[in-house]
Amino acid sequence: MNVDAPVLPTSSQGAGVTRLRSRHLLGIAGLDAAEIALILDTAEAMKEVGTRPIKKVPALRGRTVVNLFFEPSTRTRTSFEIAEKRLSADTLSIATATSSVTKGETLIDTVRNLEAMSPDMIVMRHASSGAPHLLSRVGRAAVINAGDGMHEHPTQALLDAFTIREHKGRLAGLKVAIVGDLLHSRVLRSNVLLLNTMGADLCLCGPSTLMPPGVERFDVKSTSSIDEAVDGADVVMMLRIQQERMSGHFIPSLREYFALFGLTPERLRRAKDDVIVMHPGPMNRGVEIDSEVADGPYSVILEQVSNGVAVRMAVLYLLAGHDSAEPLKA
Amino acid sequence: MSEVMDGDRMSRALTRIAHEILERNRGVDELALVGIRTRGVPIARRLARALKDINGDDVPTGALDITLYRDDLMRNPVGPQPVIRRTEIPFSIDDRKILLVDDVLYTGRTIRAALDALIDFGRPRAIQLVVLVDRGHRELPIKADYVGKNLPTSLKESVQVRLEEIDGIDEVVLESTELHGPEVKS
Repeated sequence: MNVDAPVLPTSSQGAGVTRLRSRHLLGIAGLDAAEIALILDTAEAMKEVGTRPIKKVPALRGRTVVNLFFEPSTRTRTSFEIAEKRLSADTLSIATATSSVTKGETLIDTVRNLEAMSPDMIVMRHASSGAPHLLSRVGRAAVINAGDGMHEHPTQALLDAFTIREHKGRLAGLKVAIVGDLLHSRVLRSNVLLLNTMGADLCLCGPSTLMPPGVERFDVKSTSSIDEAVDGADVVMMLRIQQERMSGHFIPSLREYFALFGLTPERLRRAKDDVIVMHPGPMNRGVEIDSEVADGPYSVILEQVSNGVAVRMAVLYLLAGHDSAEPLKA
Repeated sequence: MSEVMDGDRMSRALTRIAHEILERNRGVDELALVGIRTRGVPIARRLARALKDINGDDVPTGALDITLYRDDLMRNPVGPQPVIRRTEIPFSIDDRKILLVDDVLYTGRTIRAALDALIDFGRPRAIQLVVLVDRGHRELPIKADYVGKNLPTSLKESVQVRLEEIDGIDEVVLESTELHGPEVKS
């Protein structure tokens, strides 16, 4: 499938698929290349909606979407809310403090109560890996994973891929370096799965204490030298040092980390001339990324945020096609 | 299956429509063409060429995808969502006369959706409807201003417009859909 061609009928009526197999989006795992391409193509059309004088289409009129956030989030939650509103869905957002809810009965009870009000879709963020999967088994609503523990964050990986494709016209064959706190990152996991499926050439880089166990199963290169990772890269993706998830001593100090793994203008010079620098946010300036790079000409960090809305609109639209209103077995 | 229009007749019909557009609007000032995806788009481009051949002026041309405005979007019990394609209207439609272009006019539901979509882009001075084929069986009070060919059909038939740009050939054919059930194209 030619990804940089304009979205003309040939690209979607030909070899591509026109639907997602699952009625939930729990992770990138389970999506094949054609499904990922369908989401990205749909997002291209959705992005145009955001440029209109009236940024709203009636596609999801009468559908109810609940945003259930058990973890703090500004970007992702706002992005989903805007996407839902642009599609004319009825939305409500519930933010629950992390500490009060633990996986198990409480979660199931919360979900059952929500289900009683028959939402069509639930967008969920939770500190426990697998929480959205549990939700998808308990309830009838379609579930979108907005980040679960250290497991997956599929819409982030999709918007990253969308942003890369916009700049490079393709994903296959690109050299992508992912640098930072690999251990605690759900963004990493989703991105590795997605970029591997789409045929990108990945190199992971981070201190050995922050390498996820079993990283070799990803079947990608890994290194502890940022210079080596960035060398000749088309895309450099920086990951946040997640101090809130660090339960022990993983790095000597933030300054030490910056000295060894921070992305500076000097280090970036080793990359290709048209490299793009990405970060899923929120950024720790002066820890994983130098401000000069974050605000510099190669940075596409704010484009990622804008593209997030288009990608989430695409996911909501595609999943809404699956009927959630199978009659309850009384 | 019977051929209703070949390439020559299609091209003559579009040239005639171009003349009618110029006559009715007294020139191309403030006109813009918007083709409905899929096959309205090449037809709109051809009309733009025909208008330029006659008048010498360029008419801005855009493409509109109406999928997100369809009235049956969330009504299918199961099944895939229709594929969405890009809408490209690279000009302001405010105070322009918009020529909305589609290949076949049937129930009128596509045009209803297109009107709603267009209104979200601004406030045109007028919208006029151009279709290559009007096959009748309207379900909404909608009428075309310019028609390539009026084609009386039965509900059991389907009208296929094929265009060089998409299908490799210019033709309009009438097909029996007895075997395939009722046609869904609106």
